[in-house]
Amino acid sequence: MTELWIDALRILDGSLRLATPLILCAMAGLVSERAGVIDIGLEGKMLAAAFAAAAVASLTGSPWAGMAAALGVAVALALLHGFACITHRGEQIISGVAINILASGGTVVAGIALFRQGGQTPPLMAGERFRPIRLPGAEALADIPVLGPLYAELVSGHTLPVYLAVLSVPLIAWLLGRTTFGLRLRATGEMPLAVDSAGLSVAVIRYRAVVIAGLLCGLAGVFLSTAHGAGFVREMSAGKGFIALAAMIFGKWRPWPVFGACLLFGFLETAAARLQGVTLPLIGPAPVELILLLPYIATVVLLAGFFGRAVPPRALGVPYRKER
Amino acid sequence: MTPLPRWVELGLLPLANISLAFLVAGAVVALIGESPVEAMAVMLKGAFVYDGALGYTLYYTTNFMFTGLAVSVAFHAMLFNIGAEGEAAMGGLGAALVCIALDAVLPGLMVIPIAIAGAAAFGAAWAVVPGWLQARRGSHIVITTIMFNFIAAGVLVSLLSGPLMRAGQSSPQTRDFAEAARLPFLHDIARALGFPATATPLNLSFLIALLAAFGVWVLIWRTRWGYALRAVGHSEGAARYAGIPVPRMVVVAMAVSGALAGCMALNEILGAQGRLVLNFTSGYGFTGIAVALMGRNHPVGIFFAALLFGALYQGGAELDFEFQTITREMVVLIQGLIILFSGALALMFVPALARIFRARAQ
Amino acid sequence: MTEPDREGPPPAVRLAGISKRFGAVQANRDVALEVAAGSIHGIIGENGAGKSTLVSILYGFYEADEGRIEIAGQKAVIRSSADAIGHGIGMVHQHFMLVPTFTVLENVMLGAEGGALLARGRAETRAELLRLSATYGLEVDPDALVGDLPVGLQQRVEILKALRRGARILILDEPTGVLTPDETDRLFEILRGLRREGVTVLLITHKLREIMAVTDRVSVMRRGEMVAHRETAATTREDLAELMVGRKVLLEVPRVETAPGAVALRADGLTWRDARGVARLKEVSLELREGEILGVAGVSGNGQSELLDLLSGIEGVQEGRIAIGPRAIDRAHPADPSEMRAMGVAHVPEDRHRRGLVLPFEAQENAVLGYHHGPATGSGQLLDLGALGAHCATLMRRFDVRPANPRLRASGFSGGNQQKLVLAREIEQAPRILLVGQPTRGVDIGAIEFIHTRLLEMKKAGAAILLVSVELDEIMALSDRIAVMNAGRIEGVLTRAEATPHRLSLLMAGVREGEAA
Repeated sequence: MTELWIDALRILDGSLRLATPLILCAMAGLVSERAGVIDIGLEGKMLAAAFAAAAVASLTGSPWAGMAAALGVAVALALLHGFACITHRGEQIISGVAINILASGGTVVAGIALFRQGGQTPPLMAGERFRPIRLPGAEALADIPVLGPLYAELVSGHTLPVYLAVLSVPLIAWLLGRTTFGLRLRATGEMPLAVDSAGLSVAVIRYRAVVIAGLLCGLAGVFLSTAHGAGFVREMSAGKGFIALAAMIFGKWRPWPVFGACLLFGFLETAAARLQGVTLPLIGPAPVELILLLPYIATVVLLAGFFGRAVPPRALGVPYRKER
Repeated sequence: MTPLPRWVELGLLPLANISLAFLVAGAVVALIGESPVEAMAVMLKGAFVYDGALGYTLYYTTNFMFTGLAVSVAFHAMLFNIGAEGEAAMGGLGAALVCIALDAVLPGLMVIPIAIAGAAAFGAAWAVVPGWLQARRGSHIVITTIMFNFIAAGVLVSLLSGPLMRAGQSSPQTRDFAEAARLPFLHDIARALGFPATATPLNLSFLIALLAAFGVWVLIWRTRWGYALRAVGHSEGAARYAGIPVPRMVVVAMAVSGALAGCMALNEILGAQGRLVLNFTSGYGFTGIAVALMGRNHPVGIFFAALLFGALYQGGAELDFEFQTITREMVVLIQGLIILFSGALALMFVPALARIFRARAQ
Repeated sequence: MTEPDREGPPPAVRLAGISKRFGAVQANRDVALEVAAGSIHGIIGENGAGKSTLVSILYGFYEADEGRIEIAGQKAVIRSSADAIGHGIGMVHQHFMLVPTFTVLENVMLGAEGGALLARGRAETRAELLRLSATYGLEVDPDALVGDLPVGLQQRVEILKALRRGARILILDEPTGVLTPDETDRLFEILRGLRREGVTVLLITHKLREIMAVTDRVSVMRRGEMVAHRETAATTREDLAELMVGRKVLLEVPRVETAPGAVALRADGLTWRDARGVARLKEVSLELREGEILGVAGVSGNGQSELLDLLSGIEGVQEGRIAIGPRAIDRAHPADPSEMRAMGVAHVPEDRHRRGLVLPFEAQENAVLGYHHGPATGSGQLLDLGALGAHCATLMRRFDVRPANPRLRASGFSGGNQQKLVLAREIEQAPRILLVGQPTRGVDIGAIEFIHTRLLEMKKAGAAILLVSVELDEIMALSDRIAVMNAGRIEGVLTRAEATPHRLSLLMAGVREGEAA
C-alpha cells in the first residue's frame, strides 16, 4: 500500500516536473492572448532563453547570471513580436513563426560560435545549475505515514523554476483578476475600443502583456537548460511551446484550468514514458504514441466546439488602429 | 493613403525587406568574427559551382516549391496553412502505402502514378479537416493545423515503429520500395541519354514540381475557380455578393493546398529515399511559408524563392566544411529573418515610402 | 446664427471654425456651435451630415484639421479621449464601448479604478453607483454581466461610466437607435434628471420627435455644415425637416413616363433577424413592376440594406416569401445570388468597396464579378483574358469609365468611375429586375447625372428597378412610387405626385400621416 502511494507520488512528481515548462509558457500565452496578441512564438522564446541561460551560466559559472540573460533574450524576442504586431500591425501568426525559426537557427549558430560543440553548450557543473531545494524537514517528516512521503516526494525537492511555475499561476490569476492592470489587460483583449475611449493606450497595455509573456517564457527556458537539464541541446524545447498553446486553449484562457491542463498533459507524458514497452491487460502493448497525441487531439476537438466551447478573447489577433 | 506606385510595391519594397534580412544575417556573421562576403562566396560556390552542386540545389528547391505552392494556394483564400509539415508527412505515408502494397504486384509505371495520387490524396485529406473545421465550426485554422502537424508526426512514429517497420530491423523506416516503383534520378536519365552526369538526389519530381507550379498558375490566374478563390481571399463580402459559396471554397482550397504539400513526398520518399523514413519533412513545410511570402504567392516568384532557399540549403552545407564557427544553421537564421522582414514587418517601410512618393507626386 | 450671450455664464461648449476632411470627403466644414451650460442641446441632421464626426472631435477620437474648442469659456486642446475626460466630457457612443464579458461594475471602473488594486476601487465604485442611480434614476445591477443586459440597460452603463468619471458634459450619439419607445421615454427622463443636476447634454439624433420631446435648443447640420440654430420651443417639425433635407435644386434629368407593366417581383411578409436575433425587417411586402422605378427612402440603417440582401439572395429568407415569375423563394426553397442572377435579377450594392468590387482586382476581373461563369469570361475551360479585356473595354466605353484601362486595379479608380463600372456590369446584363443601392454615394455631380440617365433608360426599356437611397432628391427625381422605410417596416408608399419632401421626411422620421402637427 505504502509502496503504491509512493509510486503514485513519484508519477505526480514527474508530472509536475514535465509540466513546469508547459505551465510557464501557457501562462505566458495566456497573458499575451488575454490582451489580444496571439503568441505562437512561445516555443521560440523558450528555446532562445534556454540557450541564453545555459551559455551564460557556463561562461560565468552563475546560474543567476544565466537566468538574467535568459529573461533578457526572451523579453527582447517578445518586444520584437510587439514591434511587428502592435507598432506595425503585422500578422501575428507570421511574426510568431518567424520568432520560432529565428530561435531554432539562432541558438545553434550562437552555440557553435561560442562553444564549437555542434550547437550544444558544455555540460553544466552542479554550481552552474539550479539544484533541487530540500524543503525544511523533508527527511524528518518522510516517515510520517501518507502525508510524510507527500511532503518529501512531491512538495519538496524541486528546483527553483518549478516552484516559480507553480507560484506563477496564483500570481497571474491575481494579476488578471484583482489588479487594475489586469482589468485593463482583459478589456484590451475583449474590446480595445472601450479601453481607448476610457482614455487608455491599447498599445502600451499590449506591450506590457507581451513583455510579461517574454519573462515567463524566459523562466521556462531557464528550467529546461539549467534546472531540469544540465546544458543546452539543440531543439531542446521539442514542441513544448505548442503543447503549452494547446493547454492554454484547453484551459479556455483561464489560469487555474490552464494549470490543470498543463498538469494533465505533463501526467500523460510521464505515463507514456512509464508505459513504454509495458503490456496492459486487454489492450496489449501500451499505445504510448496515442497517449502522447492526446493533448493535440483534445485541443482540436475542443476548438471545434464538440464538447463545451473554447471562446477566445474577442479581439484576439486583431491589430488595433486608432483613427486620426 | 494614396497607393504606392506598382514598381515600388512589387519591386522596391520586397527588395528592401529581403536586403534587410540579409544585412542582419551578414551582421551576425561579422559579429561571429567571419567575413560575410567570404561566407556568401562559399555558399554561392557550394550551391552552384562544385560538381553536383546544382543537382543538390535543385533537389532542395523541389521541396520548397511544393510546400511554397501549398502555402500560397491557401494564402490566396486568406487562409494560413501552417500545416504543410504535417500534410507532407501524410503525403509520404500515402505514397509509401501504395508502394508497399503494389510494388510487387504491378509494374513500376503503374505504381508511380498511383503513388503520386496517394501522396496528394493523403496530404489533401489531412488539410481538409482543418479547412472544414474552420469553415463549418469556426475553429482557428492556424491552431488546428499546428496540432495536426504534431498528430501527423505521432501517427508516423507509431506506424514506422510498429506495423510499417522494416522486418528484422529496429530503425523506424519502411522496407525499400522496388526500384521500378521509384521516381528515376535525373542523372540516370541523363546518362541513359548519353550525357555524363554526377549522381545527385535530384529526380523526376523536380520536373513534376515545375509542372505543378505551372498548374497552380493556371488554376489561380486562369480558371474560374481560381478567380473565385482570389475573390474569397480579397473580400469575403464581395464573394458572397457574387454568389461564391465561401465555406466550400475554404475546404477545397485547403484540399489543393494539402495535396501540393503532400507531393513534397514525391521528392523525398518516391525519389531520393525510396522508402518512408521518420522526419523526412525536416522543416520544409515551415520554410514553405517563407517561400510563399518571398515569392508574393505567385508561382514564378515561388520558383525563384525556392531556388534561393535551395541554394541557401546546399550552399549552407558547404559552410560546415569551410568555417569552424558558422554552419548550415546560419541558413535557418536567414530564413527566420526573411519571414520576419518580408512577412511580419512587411509594411514597416510603407509609411516612409508613401511619404517619399507622395512628396514627389505633389 | 445666434449671438453669444455676453452677460450670463460662459457656454459649456463653444466650437468655432471646426473642419475635418477624410481623404476626399469633407466631413465637417467651418462648423460653429454653442451649447449653454445645463441645457439639453440637440444636433439633428441626416446620416452622413457630419454629426458623429463633430462629436468625435469633441471627444478626442479625431483631431480637427482646423478650429477652436472652448470648454466653459476656456480654450481646450483635445487630442485624446483622456484629454476629453479631463475636461469633464463624457460620451455615450452609438456603438457601445463596453466589454461584454465584464460586469457592470468592472465596465464602470475601467480607466478610473483608483489605485493599482481593484478591491478599494470596487467598493468605492459600488457606493458611487448606488448614489448615482439614486440621484438620476439610473438603476442597474452592478454585478450583472454587460453582455447579458438588454441594450437599454447597457446604455445606462455607458451613462454611468461617463458620470463616474465626473462628466459635466454628456454627449449621446444616436442614443435611441437601439431602444424601444418605452426605453426611449425612460432615457429622456434620465436626461431631464441630469439637466436638473446641472449636467449639460448634447444629443445627436436624426429623429425629429426626439428633438421636440427633450431638447431646449437645436442645431441642424447638413452635408458637413451647420445650417441653423433654433430654440426648440420656437420651431416646428416641418421647419426642422426642411432644414435637414435642404432645398437643393433638383437635378434636371428629363423624366420618362411609362405605363407600368406586369409585376416582376413580389415580396410578401418578409421578416428577417440578424445573427443576434434583432429583427431588421418586419413584415415587409412590396410589388415591383416592369417599367417602373420604385424608390425606397429612409434614413440608413432602417432595413433598406437587409431588404436588398434578401432580394438579391445574399441572405436567406427566414419568414415570408419572394416571388419572381413562377419561382417562389422562401425558407424551404432558398435561392443564392447566382440563381437570382440567372433569373435576371441584377444588383448594384450599396457598398461598392466591400460588396460591389474586389478592390485589389483589375477592372476587367471586376467587370465579371458574379458573372464569372457566364460568356464574358470566354467559352472554354479557362478564363479568356482577351474576352475579359474586350468585355471590360466595351463596358468602359459605354459607361464612360476613366481611365479606360481594363488592367487597372479597381482601387485605382475614383468613386464615380468605380460606381460606373459596377453599374455597367449590372446594366449590360440587360436584367429584368435591377436592385440599386445608393447609386450616387460619393460620386461627383457629372457622374450622378450620367447614372440617373442610365437608370431612366433601363426603366424605359421595361426593366423593373428598385432604388434604395438616402438622398431624397435622388428618390424624388427618379421614382414613380416611393416606399418609406423606418425601423424595418415600410411606413407608407406614396406616388410621385403625392410625395413632397416634407411628407417623406416625416414618414422617414417615423411620424405617420395625421400625426404631424
